[in-house]
Amino acid sequence: MEIPFTTKPRPDTGLYNAKIGIWLFLASEVMLFGALFSAYIMLRIGAPEGTWPLPGKMLMTFPGAFNTAVLIISSVTVVLAWASLKFGNFAQYKKFQAVTIACAGIFMCVKAYEYHDKFTHYSIVKKDGSLWDGHLVEKNDEFVILEIHGGHDEAHEGGHDAHPHEADGHGAGHQAVVQPAAYLTIKGSKDAVVNVDPKTGEHAHGEVRFEQSEILKMVNYGPWHSSYLAIYFTLTGLHALHVCGGALVIFMIWGPLSKMWETDRERYINRVEVSGLFWHFVDLVWIFLFPLLYLL
Amino acid sequence: MQATTKADEIVDAHGHDEHHHEPGFWQKYIFSTDHKMIGIQYGVTSLLFLLFGFFLIGCMRWQIAYPGQPIPVVGGLLETILGDVCKGGVMQPELYNSFGAMHGTIMVFMAVVPLVFAAFGNYVVPLMIGAPDMCFPRLNMASFDFFFLGCVLMFTSFFIPGGAAQAGWTSYSPLATSIPTDGQTLWLISMVLLITSSLLGAVNFIATIIQLRAPGMTWMRLPFFVWAQFVTAFLLLLAFPPLETAGLMQLMDKVAGTSFFLPSGLMVGGAPADISGGGSPLLWQHLFWFLGHPEVYVLILPAIGMVCEILANNARKPIYGYKTMVYGVMVLGFLSFIVWAHHMYLTGMGNTISSFFQTTTMIISIPSVILLTCLFISLWGGSIRFNTPMMFALAFLPMFGIGGLTGLPLGFAYSDIQLHDTYYVIAHFHYVVAPGTIFGVFAGIYYWYPKATGRFMNEFWGKVHFWGSFLFMNAVFQPMFAQGMAGIHRRMYDGGATYAGFADPETGVVSVPLKFIEMNKGITLAAFMLGIVQIPFILNFFLSMKNGKKAESDNPWGSTTLEWQTPTPPPHGNFDKEIRVYRGPYEYSVPGADADFTPQNEPRNPDAQADKQEAAAESSK
Repeated sequence: MEIPFTTKPRPDTGLYNAKIGIWLFLASEVMLFGALFSAYIMLRIGAPEGTWPLPGKMLMTFPGAFNTAVLIISSVTVVLAWASLKFGNFAQYKKFQAVTIACAGIFMCVKAYEYHDKFTHYSIVKKDGSLWDGHLVEKNDEFVILEIHGGHDEAHEGGHDAHPHEADGHGAGHQAVVQPAAYLTIKGSKDAVVNVDPKTGEHAHGEVRFEQSEILKMVNYGPWHSSYLAIYFTLTGLHALHVCGGALVIFMIWGPLSKMWETDRERYINRVEVSGLFWHFVDLVWIFLFPLLYLL
Repeated sequence: MQATTKADEIVDAHGHDEHHHEPGFWQKYIFSTDHKMIGIQYGVTSLLFLLFGFFLIGCMRWQIAYPGQPIPVVGGLLETILGDVCKGGVMQPELYNSFGAMHGTIMVFMAVVPLVFAAFGNYVVPLMIGAPDMCFPRLNMASFDFFFLGCVLMFTSFFIPGGAAQAGWTSYSPLATSIPTDGQTLWLISMVLLITSSLLGAVNFIATIIQLRAPGMTWMRLPFFVWAQFVTAFLLLLAFPPLETAGLMQLMDKVAGTSFFLPSGLMVGGAPADISGGGSPLLWQHLFWFLGHPEVYVLILPAIGMVCEILANNARKPIYGYKTMVYGVMVLGFLSFIVWAHHMYLTGMGNTISSFFQTTTMIISIPSVILLTCLFISLWGGSIRFNTPMMFALAFLPMFGIGGLTGLPLGFAYSDIQLHDTYYVIAHFHYVVAPGTIFGVFAGIYYWYPKATGRFMNEFWGKVHFWGSFLFMNAVFQPMFAQGMAGIHRRMYDGGATYAGFADPETGVVSVPLKFIEMNKGITLAAFMLGIVQIPFILNFFLSMKNGKKAESDNPWGSTTLEWQTPTPPPHGNFDKEIRVYRGPYEYSVPGADADFTPQNEPRNPDAQADKQEAAAESSK
């Protein structure tokens, strides 16, 4: 006996096997991401006041919004590709699906740019207790050079809404964005202003040089930096893996496996449909991720 | 053969076309896509781990009963293999902790779940519903491969420097993250693999049961075992991913230095930990128990399903309240998702939340009692055959009953304060899983053995195995209730000996009376005896393949369900003829029928009373 309903739908359920399989798989994926979203909520509720970055203070909104648009476009083209196959237009399918794959590539490039920005972004606590924050220019055994973006860089001024008392005196934009617990343990650093030389009281601009001997602690904005960045990297990292996986499957069906269009049309269309369902799910996760991480 | 070929084409995205020859050893036994072979692979692997998990607890039991004395027989060997953690053959605290953690992990995730769900499910479910194979055979193979990889990795962790994970099978943070061993990292990676495996399995089972039922096999004609597996698969599908998430997050804590589960101001070894902090230890417990509780039903439901089949078959009588049981198991499955925090009454999560989970916990006992009651009533008026599978199935009922009823005091937040984390808890869940689920597994092995091999297992040694297991299981776990109520903590390295006989007249603090500590010796003896009575089973299992009594037909137990309507052992593709189902799963002793059983695929008999009624009912629709 052969396994039935691999291509044709079973009359009473109206579905072929793989379609049921992918829906079940997506249900478990919902639980996977659902647990991470719940973790986000619990971490945010439990975060001490002022340690959770406010919208627009930690991430640049524009690349996120751009990526949202890219994924929405890819969601449309993946449907159009499937519809083209249903109408028997293979050439048009090829074009639409190429756009889908390209969109996945663009998304990953933007994501890589955002990650790079975070990993080269450093906080330094000097032994005199002053706090510094900027992008890495050079680092060796002797010294570190950070590029400091003045006092008006959006990404550097978070948290001040939660600390209205600190906003007086030193002016908004000079407070540390997120104050990880590691800093709080250093005496005096909690209320310290950022990028201000304690001796002269002047705000630093441009490249600043730090001797290794005067650095107490130096940490970049990776997942170890704070709860927010931890959940940010875990959520977007897991999502990025899904984007790569989905794009790879779509690419395989689009390219190396497309011979099947000639041999077994119905099954080929089913494959495109199933991979498309997964792709929609990946897009949908991002639709939740974008407001959660960038806007709320 | 043809079915496999076709099956390979279906799921093989690369379109290999190389399976047209007779499969060689590797393809037939190792990289098989046939559900029966995969079931056997799962069965063998998980039985080995069951034995290994038992060995671990055997060593621990010795330490509990005779603290500080060298473990007999294997002590020297352990010292040679593991080094200082078993110095002079004496189990050191680190080893005790890692054996304890691994006993739990191995028994739950690598022995019992794969045994009841993957092994029996794979072998029996497609046969029972009249399917040629599972829906996605290659996915099925991948599921086993992930499982095997996870098992190997978990096993390897014993031999790395620092040893295996030591933070209990629940791996509570921040303890799990703070213990300086890479064992925890390996634990997490292998858990992710095991979860992936069970995820693939669950998708496959549900799709198979929905899509591949034979013509005429309506939902209410499914044998109860299939229903139990169906609900179990949903539990695995939806409850496991949150643990996968939690595992990934703890892995991030361990490897990438995040603080998901590490609170601010955490001190490790007397110094502030170098972490960002701000995490929530409670979050881990929520995510863990969100799986952890449905997992209990994953352990028990397939066993109830097997017992149900065997009871009906050997009582020669339909199951009482089949439909009630089906609805009961569905309600049970649903409720099992909203009771998890009853494991966390003592975490300080608050009275309101405790009250909610206390309420749902009491409600979930209703469907459980319905299932057990239906099975008990099914025996009423039956003409019972007391063969080995039936003995195990019958023993399952009171044992599971004890396990279930002793859970009620734990479900009440008030009484849980006294009982939490004591030996009472150990006794409670072992009554559910050891004389409960594992008796179900034994019943299943003795029952389906003739289908898989064509021979029976020896009845005499089967009964020796049964009575020995029954006696010693109770001798092991019954005293633990008393110990737990006396307040012996479940994780004590020396079984509570340090605190024995302690009494402070000033504060009025008294310790556990000595007699409860002394019980440890009796329990350990019973545990060793329990191990010894498994020897007849192991020998019986292997020797009967060649020497067992031959099964005289394809249906030696006189059963109604479809797995007995195939050739023995079933070939690739399972059925040699088109299969069609005409009746419900338990038509035993039907008035007017030729035999005392009427197989599900037997066409209607115009003379039989029940067939007349059914035909009338159908025509009136």
